Amino acid sequence: MSEPLLEVTNLEKFFPVSGPGMFSRERGTNKAVNGLSFTLKQGETLGLVGESGCGKSTAGRTVLKLYDPTSGSIKFEGEEIADYSPRKMKPLRTQMQMIFQDPQASLNPRQTVGAIISASYEVHKIKPEGGVKTAVQDLLERVGLSAEHFDRYPHEFSGGQRQRIGIARALALKPKFIVCDEPVSALDVSIQAQVVNLLSDLRDDFGLSYLFIAHDLSVVQHIADRVAVMYLGKIMEIAPTSSIYTAPHHPYTKALLSAVPIPDPKLERKREQIVLSGELPSPMKPPTGCVFSTRCWKAQAKCFTEEPQLRKVESSEVACHFPE
Amino acid sequence: MSLLSVHDLRVEFATPDGIVKAVDGISFDVERGETLAIVGESGSGKSVSNLAYMGLLPKGKTKITGSVTLETDNGPVELIGMEPEDIRKIRGKDIAMIFQDPMSALHPFYSIGDQLVEAHQAHNKVEKSVSQERAIELLTLVGVADAKERLRAYPHQFSGGMRQRVMIAMALMNNPSVLIADEPTTALDVTVQAQILKLIADLQKKFKMAVILITHDLGVVAGAADRVNVMYAGKLVESASVDELYAKPKMPYTVGLLGSVPRMDRPHEDRLTAIPGQPPSLMKLSGGCAFAPRCTRKSEVPGNKCETTSPELIQISTGHYSRCHLYEGKTK
Repeated sequence: MSEPLLEVTNLEKFFPVSGPGMFSRERGTNKAVNGLSFTLKQGETLGLVGESGCGKSTAGRTVLKLYDPTSGSIKFEGEEIADYSPRKMKPLRTQMQMIFQDPQASLNPRQTVGAIISASYEVHKIKPEGGVKTAVQDLLERVGLSAEHFDRYPHEFSGGQRQRIGIARALALKPKFIVCDEPVSALDVSIQAQVVNLLSDLRDDFGLSYLFIAHDLSVVQHIADRVAVMYLGKIMEIAPTSSIYTAPHHPYTKALLSAVPIPDPKLERKREQIVLSGELPSPMKPPTGCVFSTRCWKAQAKCFTEEPQLRKVESSEVACHFPE
Repeated sequence: MSLLSVHDLRVEFATPDGIVKAVDGISFDVERGETLAIVGESGSGKSVSNLAYMGLLPKGKTKITGSVTLETDNGPVELIGMEPEDIRKIRGKDIAMIFQDPMSALHPFYSIGDQLVEAHQAHNKVEKSVSQERAIELLTLVGVADAKERLRAYPHQFSGGMRQRVMIAMALMNNPSVLIADEPTTALDVTVQAQILKLIADLQKKFKMAVILITHDLGVVAGAADRVNVMYAGKLVESASVDELYAKPKMPYTVGLLGSVPRMDRPHEDRLTAIPGQPPSLMKLSGGCAFAPRCTRKSEVPGNKCETTSPELIQISTGHYSRCHLYEGKTK
């Protein structure tokens, strides 16, 4: 097997949490990403799912070095980038891009679509064949917009079209790896399907690898090859898409999947639902032992003291002492 | 007679660019104890239609016509055209509402207790302590532990799911006969969504309320609704019982919408069937069917009718209505 495009090992990102006053001392640390390991192959899509506050977005941003990791290793094409300075990162930026959740906030309202997308070429001093304008217009057409949109402003577009502009910008420098952070969650269902289909076409055409971050498990199911489920900064289970939805091994994965409503009234009435009790613990004080132990219906003494490591169960890797 | 009866409701907004027909003649009835889901995408008019008869739209630039009658303890009441002080006696008492974002719907400076008590005091001439008892009773009912202590807490001290529980408690303070839930779980995580939907269903049974569930999530609808109204560009385009709608959708928009939803019970290799194009601008609607520009079946209707004539809502079978030229003359 070829070398993975991206290899993340024991990645940690802690944020200091300060007291109420401006000069007060640090009160604690928010362990947003707490020991994350995964690999991503060329052309593969890894779905990163979890509930709000589980650290999935922080993980995506840290992998791109938009945040400096607290510790751990990030290898991109075999190159260790975890401790790279922004200057050293710059040449690599052409190969790793990001698509954001809110196309309203991530596009400059005072710039034309043309200027927004051309900026990538300017920043990296790249002169595409046939000139910047032609290249941008080709991109616009590739993402389902038209060449005439070059001189328009973001507010003239609908949400779905704006997300297409964001996708065109991410593609401009022919990256190998794109972090998609909730790319369709702000869109209406009928438009969401268009954008998901567009993203899978682009992946197949350009051989892209995606880290696809989403809270919507059913969207992830349609685009990802493998899925990693996060809870309190840690991966609970990582498995091929074909098996995780039908045979989840971690109790949390099982509970999460059972909570997703099915758009079919007959199946919906029969669906067995695991309603998790309690609230998500604070990432400042994660539970000892297994982080899910406080809400797990299978938890035993061992779960509260000993932290389970990811281990192989059938085709999945599961961090649980008592997998399903 | 129906509990709530909406007839030919129209809402128009005057904007600098022209008149926007946000709601364009919708009619529906809601019966006691049932859940009616109103489904549609952003801008389809699903929220505005309900805000209109609650008197919650800005006065002046809004024109509301039609009729909405509500059965109350004092007989039927017409809500459209009611004076603000009169509608205030209905709102929060006979009809209550919960919103998508409980953080912006709760006042950040007042304690939960103050807000719950105020909701009760507004409609009941009783001692404050009575209202306080009622607040504790309802908070306990919606699953807030240590309700008595939590009365003193402020909204920011609650998580998103807990805040939504507080909102529900507040809505139920005066035992409403209709609960309008406008995207009640959209801001919540799936596991919390499941808890809140179950809570609403349990309380509905307990209090025999009618629930109007406004949502874009067809998964939520499948589990919660008895009947479904589908809206597109300000019009009701399909209405049926939940089983009928999911099993035999008629209007091509409904078919497309159901196809667009990613489903976990389908093989993951499946491509999603997207509806091509964009939802129309409500300012540039042509004379024809609003969905025609995106419709893949309009060629089946002879004479370019979809582009020129707006279809009427026709009955397909008992209780199933669809607004589409395809089914004209084919009904029983």
